[in-house]
Amino acid sequence: MEETRGKKETMRLEIESLSCNEAFARVAVAAFMARMDPTVEEVDDVKTAVSEAVTNCVIHAYGGGEGKIWIQAEVEGSLLTVQVRDSGVGISDVKKAMEPLYTGKPEAGRSGMGFSFMEAFMDEVQVDSVPGEGTVVTMKKKLGQ
Amino acid sequence: MKHAIYEVVDDRLVVHLPGEVDDHSSGRIQEETEKYLQGGGIRYMIFDFTNTSFMDSSGIGVLLGRYKRMKQLGGNVAVFGEDNRIKRILNISGIYQIMESLTK
Repeated sequence: MEETRGKKETMRLEIESLSCNEAFARVAVAAFMARMDPTVEEVDDVKTAVSEAVTNCVIHAYGGGEGKIWIQAEVEGSLLTVQVRDSGVGISDVKKAMEPLYTGKPEAGRSGMGFSFMEAFMDEVQVDSVPGEGTVVTMKKKLGQ
Repeated sequence: MKHAIYEVVDDRLVVHLPGEVDDHSSGRIQEETEKYLQGGGIRYMIFDFTNTSFMDSSGIGVLLGRYKRMKQLGGNVAVFGEDNRIKRILNISGIYQIMESLTK
């Protein structure tokens, strides 16, 4: 893919907050990043991270109710950036939410490993949230490391 | 395979997991295994990943929940048939520290 190297390419997706869209979102981002000629492992890493971020929107941001989730993926050279955004309840204490094993829903059989998985599988994870307005999760991964 | 398939062999409940274990598919695994446990006589729960190519932390939540439940009942949980992708997930989440793998 010599001709696309270095150029910035972007994909945007808007989906309903439904659990069946978790699989759709991760497969869509995986298909978009195929142009980067990633390894199977890199694709798996990104799919897991996207799944975690979208699941957080469905379960926590919108609490199983209605809402929209916006996903943006960007390729620039060997750097992949994925942004998952919602307009849900927001997170009042981002630091606490990102602690391993912390879950806002301990009664529901949740592992509390969502953000830990995003951090394990991506190089960089940034969470910006405003309570009552929503959350933006920005994840970066350099391929071919 | 979209949903788990259950098989009882003596005192073991084998859960043949679906192709993708995420938030969408994992909720009902919790409920359905619970029905088998309420029937009594199950001492071991074995999660079979032979057909599974994707799992995220929602799946880990179910494994941990079922592990706690089986321990309450004096039983145990094991995993089987994991490929390298699933092995990475089980490793990172520390599942191998509490569950035995029957995969040779």
